Amino acid sequence: MKILVVTEQRQGKWNNTSFETLVAAQQIASATSGSIRVAVVGKGVAGLAEELATKNVGEALVVEHDLLENYTPDGYCIVLKQVIEAAKPDLVLFPHTYQVRDFAPRLAAMLGKGMVGDCIGFRKEGDELVFVRQMFQGKTAADVTFVGAGPWFASFQTGAFRADLLEANASGKAPVNAVKVELKAEDIRTRPLELFKEAKASVDLTQAPLIVAIGRGIKAPENIALAEAVAEALGGEIAASRPICDEGWLPMERQIGSSGQTVAPKLYLALGISGAIQHVVGMKGSRTIVAVNKDQNAPIFEIADYGIVGDIFEIMPALTEEFQKAKG
Amino acid sequence: MECGSLTAAFTLQKSPGLTACPVTDIWKGTPVNIIVCIKQVPAKDAPLSIAGNWIKESDIGFEMNEPDSYALEEALRLKEKHGGEVIVLSLGPERVKQTIKEALAKGADRAIHIADDNFSQLDPLGAAKVLAAAVAKEKIDLVLTGLQSDDHGFGQTGVLLAGLLNLPHATIIMQIEVQDGKMKLKRELEAGWFQSIECPLPAVLSIQSGINKVRYATLKGIMVAKKKEIATTTRESLGVSSEPTQKIEKIYIPTKTKKTEFLTGTPKEAAAKLVEKLKFEARVI
Repeated sequence: MKILVVTEQRQGKWNNTSFETLVAAQQIASATSGSIRVAVVGKGVAGLAEELATKNVGEALVVEHDLLENYTPDGYCIVLKQVIEAAKPDLVLFPHTYQVRDFAPRLAAMLGKGMVGDCIGFRKEGDELVFVRQMFQGKTAADVTFVGAGPWFASFQTGAFRADLLEANASGKAPVNAVKVELKAEDIRTRPLELFKEAKASVDLTQAPLIVAIGRGIKAPENIALAEAVAEALGGEIAASRPICDEGWLPMERQIGSSGQTVAPKLYLALGISGAIQHVVGMKGSRTIVAVNKDQNAPIFEIADYGIVGDIFEIMPALTEEFQKAKG
Repeated sequence: MECGSLTAAFTLQKSPGLTACPVTDIWKGTPVNIIVCIKQVPAKDAPLSIAGNWIKESDIGFEMNEPDSYALEEALRLKEKHGGEVIVLSLGPERVKQTIKEALAKGADRAIHIADDNFSQLDPLGAAKVLAAAVAKEKIDLVLTGLQSDDHGFGQTGVLLAGLLNLPHATIIMQIEVQDGKMKLKRELEAGWFQSIECPLPAVLSIQSGINKVRYATLKGIMVAKKKEIATTTRESLGVSSEPTQKIEKIYIPTKTKKTEFLTGTPKEAAAKLVEKLKFEARVI
């Protein structure tokens, strides 16, 4: 199987999920006796392609144009369509980033093809390649296969493959080649402007060793005091999944997940959090994970070291008391 | 002051009856006609039982896909600010009418229901083709979708609609300002970063959850909604047939990657056991 991996960089810096996706590609190539080309897109990115060429790939492609200095969906779709038409891959793989979500389905559709997004793994079953993704907010997994001729398009979720398994190039370095692409300024309809961060946060959750996080299970803003009492007894910081911050019950700076903070504390205590993937990617690196949830099938238990199935409103006061005793 | 000729300089498609034209800010009166795509999904706490590659629908409740409720709210706010019409578009079996009615009660002007009992089997491109065919029949300035659905979770509909309709698009939008026939958008990136983007109209945007605070339907809204139009159409009458590009073979409860030790007993007992474990086994407190 001929695989094309499209990596992601911004202002010359890698999005590291690119390397995880390259690992996925190496494993698929190994299972299908395939070959890999890996592309980097932008302006002044030849140096990044040299770095890709040191990995176990057949060829690194430099896709450069002045109009690709800043990402636009129109610009990326137009040039990557040309790259795909020239390289004729069977499978095109992307890291499942916010940027990839923004253009890759459209790129696939321009070629009349579909995309299986946000995959967490793959299996080879006979001649068939099965992609695994999540559905129903992580409550179920789904086996998905492509129908019809390639190129097929798929993206892999952050953390689905381990970047440290990336194989180096046995012969030292693969060839690096530039792909000539055409792009006109008038074809780019959106104009990217400044990048910015919101006002500096007053709390840095990434540095907190103990985190007590709440989810939808907290039900109402007046109940947050119960969780704050647990956090105080533990000596930890309070945090939340996205819906709680969307409601304005806690400030956005306390949000853990793909759109918020990524944390890896010693202890992560998840209260009433179901464990939707957008949340899990922000905390699965925690050393010890404890989950309290009324639903014993909640996906959060898949990654929890310790679990209590029950009503958080009964368990929170008990935890507060026990933590106070332990710390007292 | 005659403002029709001024606004005609912009390539906006707008309702011909435009007359509102405040002297101080001629653009404020430029209406924005919006289609919002909404999906009905299983209720958040619904117990799911798996049947092949979908779930048993018979015993569970359904609700508006939460990300779509933010898109609907944003459309209603744009209408309140700029004028124009808000049309809700939904694909699915008869049950989705309930969610359509909720959207009408919140303030949408009319609705299009693409009746399809088999919609759960459509792939992202197939579903987008059906929606695009319905959108193409309307004169609109803006199409809004939620970021993703809480059931399939493909997260592709908005981007695919833009591609099929050949419109510019932007996703994960946290703020929309319409001015001078174009939009200034705030797009969310990862790890707390944002980017400002300028985007012409017409366009397709997918809206990030949390962009606004979603309203509830009022009793008056519910009464008024009863008189609002729900046009029903089908994939066949829209002339859409497409070969699927992918197939969900089966869905299943995921296999655990980590062994969870469950602590049982009364809340007090479970809490005490947990503290023991954290202190002496995990050694994190």
